[in-house]
Amino acid sequence: MEIVTIIFVLGGLFFFFAASIGLLRFPDFYARMHATGKGDTLGGFLIILGLAVYNLFHGGHGGFDLASILTSVKIIFIAVFIFLANPTATHAVFKAGLDSGVVPWTKEGSK
Amino acid sequence: MIRRNDDLIIETLARLLIPFIQAFALYVLFLGHYSPGGGFQGGVLVAASLILLIIAFDLEKTTKRFSEKFNVICNGGGVFIYAGIGLLCILLGGNLLDYSVLSKILPVGPEEARALGILGVEIGVEITVAACLVSIFIDLAANGEN
Repeated sequence: MEIVTIIFVLGGLFFFFAASIGLLRFPDFYARMHATGKGDTLGGFLIILGLAVYNLFHGGHGGFDLASILTSVKIIFIAVFIFLANPTATHAVFKAGLDSGVVPWTKEGSK
Repeated sequence: MIRRNDDLIIETLARLLIPFIQAFALYVLFLGHYSPGGGFQGGVLVAASLILLIIAFDLEKTTKRFSEKFNVICNGGGVFIYAGIGLLCILLGGNLLDYSVLSKILPVGPEEARALGILGVEIGVEITVAACLVSIFIDLAANGEN
């Protein structure tokens, strides 16, 4: 099952990498939040899912038993929490920026 | 002053998450015997859930449910539980916070009485830490207006 873990963690690292590039390269606040909000959520979810799969077969007392299943379920709870909380936090920061008057970037240049 | 901003998404998520955060706080409290956790960490989690309630809704709605009077009672009550268990141990003939003598009034042996005594003290710590952090946040958020 290591191959599944490797695929999940590499996928997560790809999304984190894309989010970091978006954070550095995009022109304004809203576009940067867009990149990191999506990329971090899926990247974190995939890495945690990979760790849960790894723990299921290598954690506990060395294999597939009650202790490792319980730990994996707790790890999945963290993933669910990230999936709920991260987009909402992004939304809150977006709304705070809009309320305090950050002007969105346009092709003609912001006036 | 934290003003109401009527955001449906944030309010719905806060309503969804706060019960789970508080349940997790109790889990951390009761797991403190065996693994990292305990009264201070659980109290911080309870305080975090109430601060999320203040941020997602507003201060008036929160203080209507968790009034400052009740907050003060919790602040003192937690310390009272802590000190009360400690002094009860002295009254029963042991040292301060020597929980094993609690087996004279509880229907368990000295070892279990020790575990239960620590749990009682941790509950007191949790109540005080939560109330104290929430009162600090309310004082900061209200800008001295109440």
